[in-house]
Amino acid sequence: MPLTGIQIYKLLPQTNCKECGYPTCLAFAMKLAAKQVELSACPYVSEASKTQLAESAAPPIRLISLKSDGYEVKVGNEVVLFRHEKTFYNKPGVFVKIRDDQTPEQIKAIAVPADAYKVNYVGIDLTLDGFAVESVKGDPDSFKNAVTAVRQVSKRPLVLVSKNPAVMAAGLGTLSGERPLIFAADPSNWEAMVELTKQHKANLAVAPGSGGGTKLEVLADLTEKIKAKGVEDLVLAYEAQSMGEALALTTQIRRFALRKNFRALGFPVIEFPSSITSIAQSISKYAGFVVLDHFTPDLAYPVLVLRQNIYTDPQKPIQVQPGIYEINNPKPEDPLLVTTNFSITYFSVANEVEGSGLPAWLMVCDAEGMSVLTGWAAGKFDSERIAKSVREFKAAEKLSRKRMVIPGHVAVLSGELEAELPDWEVRVGPREAVDLPAFMKQALK
Amino acid sequence: MPIEIPVDKWPGTVRAVTLGATAAQGGTRSRTVTVGGEKSMPFLKFETPMPNPPVVAIEIRDRRPEDWSQLLLKTWESVADDPAAWAKAAEAAGADLIVLALSTTGRDGQPTTPEAAVASVKAVLQATGLPLIVFGPGQAELDNTLLVAVAEATKGERLVLGICEDKNYRTIVATAMANEHLVSARTPMDVNLAKQLNILISDMGFPLDRVLMDPTTGALGYGIEYGFSAMERLRLAALQGDSMTQLPMIVTPGFEAWKAKESKVGEGVPSSWGDWLERAINWETVTAITLLESGADILVLRHPESVKRLKTAIAELQ
Repeated sequence: MPLTGIQIYKLLPQTNCKECGYPTCLAFAMKLAAKQVELSACPYVSEASKTQLAESAAPPIRLISLKSDGYEVKVGNEVVLFRHEKTFYNKPGVFVKIRDDQTPEQIKAIAVPADAYKVNYVGIDLTLDGFAVESVKGDPDSFKNAVTAVRQVSKRPLVLVSKNPAVMAAGLGTLSGERPLIFAADPSNWEAMVELTKQHKANLAVAPGSGGGTKLEVLADLTEKIKAKGVEDLVLAYEAQSMGEALALTTQIRRFALRKNFRALGFPVIEFPSSITSIAQSISKYAGFVVLDHFTPDLAYPVLVLRQNIYTDPQKPIQVQPGIYEINNPKPEDPLLVTTNFSITYFSVANEVEGSGLPAWLMVCDAEGMSVLTGWAAGKFDSERIAKSVREFKAAEKLSRKRMVIPGHVAVLSGELEAELPDWEVRVGPREAVDLPAFMKQALK
Repeated sequence: MPIEIPVDKWPGTVRAVTLGATAAQGGTRSRTVTVGGEKSMPFLKFETPMPNPPVVAIEIRDRRPEDWSQLLLKTWESVADDPAAWAKAAEAAGADLIVLALSTTGRDGQPTTPEAAVASVKAVLQATGLPLIVFGPGQAELDNTLLVAVAEATKGERLVLGICEDKNYRTIVATAMANEHLVSARTPMDVNLAKQLNILISDMGFPLDRVLMDPTTGALGYGIEYGFSAMERLRLAALQGDSMTQLPMIVTPGFEAWKAKESKVGEGVPSSWGDWLERAINWETVTAITLLESGADILVLRHPESVKRLKTAIAELQ
């Protein structure tokens, strides 16, 4: 059973030294009980207490880390079922599948562009995390060659996929100094897979195979047996046959871990979704690792953006600094475009104006990180705030022709704005950023 | 080891809402569609089966929507000038429902008249037996004028009239009440605003089993996480027993996704965005599936391929 904050407090030094970052031992104990910190943050806890606290202090979903030369993918450590309850912390690793029945040339034709893939979204470069190399042919040499071919062109972390220990050993043999994920141990091969995991200091995925009992019962039995052999960095697989089964199992596993603190299922899960719809479900519903069965930019881009969106901290909207931004070297006669400081809004507008090649001043008002419509509805983006920004950022000093363009969604503000700023010409622009270049070309000449 | 699956037992149930009326029920639809009735979070059939699977609607227009992406116009090319033909094509593409969105102006550039709106609605009703949702152009005054005329001309059909917002809900709710229709209540991504509008509508004496709520959502990449969480919170509140949130949710991922640059534009974009058509459909599909997972009961889409994918996913989730 997990300990309460008070029970934990009794096991701490009670010196209030603050070295853990919290003002008192009691505050730290409360955080430990809520599983929001690690016990290792306390430098003075006794060994006896440590052992006693280990169970209570460990996060309910174990943090799993895949490492390779220069890369690390961390998943797990989640604390909620719904992102609004706090946030989702560690984004699922997105891996691309490579098969060993492909020639080295075919493998490189997938791995080179996938490794280099980078797409900019609201100022952040999004990339894929690694590759899952699958043994299809079932022989050690083919697998070894496929792993080698991937490693020749990418240093990103790997998942090795085979249930045959001899094949797995061949694949692992080509790697050194990294921590891959072995996929997978099941009731028939687990002892050999555990040995390989120990030998190579790897992570191990556990699958139900065709064992008796429900999938979760088989998994829980197996993780307990494997932990008893000293391997704890585990990942759960359930090989779901449908989106419905995957949703049920992923939900149940997370509930077991978070609500019951059930250690046998307290691990991240790996999924191999085959359709865009099931990939999207994996991202929003708790997958730790998502293996795509092919790579194309038109697939990777929406998947990586969804991951970014779902794992945004709901308590902290991503904002940009309010102020006046210069786009394409504007001159004093160029227009002042007005928008809010919600980062998605800002980047949509800034990208369009930049792409148009037309010079403009972009004034970002402080709407407390809300978009144009939401900010307007909440009273955070109105004529008063816009007028205040004009004064605060000294827009009149930068412009010779006092011309501003407000978003089409807040056309209703134009009258009030003209009253607030009598020497300004207020124009109503398009509703969507994507229509800005056309508007600037036609209406602002 | 035998383990006991953790199951949530909620006190609340989402209201079941039926769209459309057959001849026996005073309308002309060949069938009705019922949504809602959930007692659990979406698709957790190990708790309770989803009583009415979510449905997919296709959005059509009363005239060719020139501001739509070229990809969509190409797809609907042969029917885009004829709402009746478009409705038939949408039904053939697998739609469970039709959404007819009225335009601000007619082909002549003059504001759409109530007569023209009624003619479009009647043409669509004749062309298809599916239940129909009618959205006004989205300007409070014009919406009121057009929707009142439509409601009166189609009495008893149990159309859904939209969009009811805090500015204009009174007129639309009153005409829906008088003419036996339903309403769609839209609020901007906020649990309390959604609840408040439902209370206002209910206070007019309008039965809540004729109300859908549209929480608005944002597209993938453009704030979908706000819509996703607002919908999860609304549905959790409903299951916890808050009667003013116990309404089926209608969402418009087609509209949201197809205004995003990723879908709308094919030229002058980074090569890392990939193939335009595939990306655009993925954008709509991912937006829709994310909302489906957070509690959507009616998904309004625009591209037939997204419709196909969503219907396959709903069948797999059932």
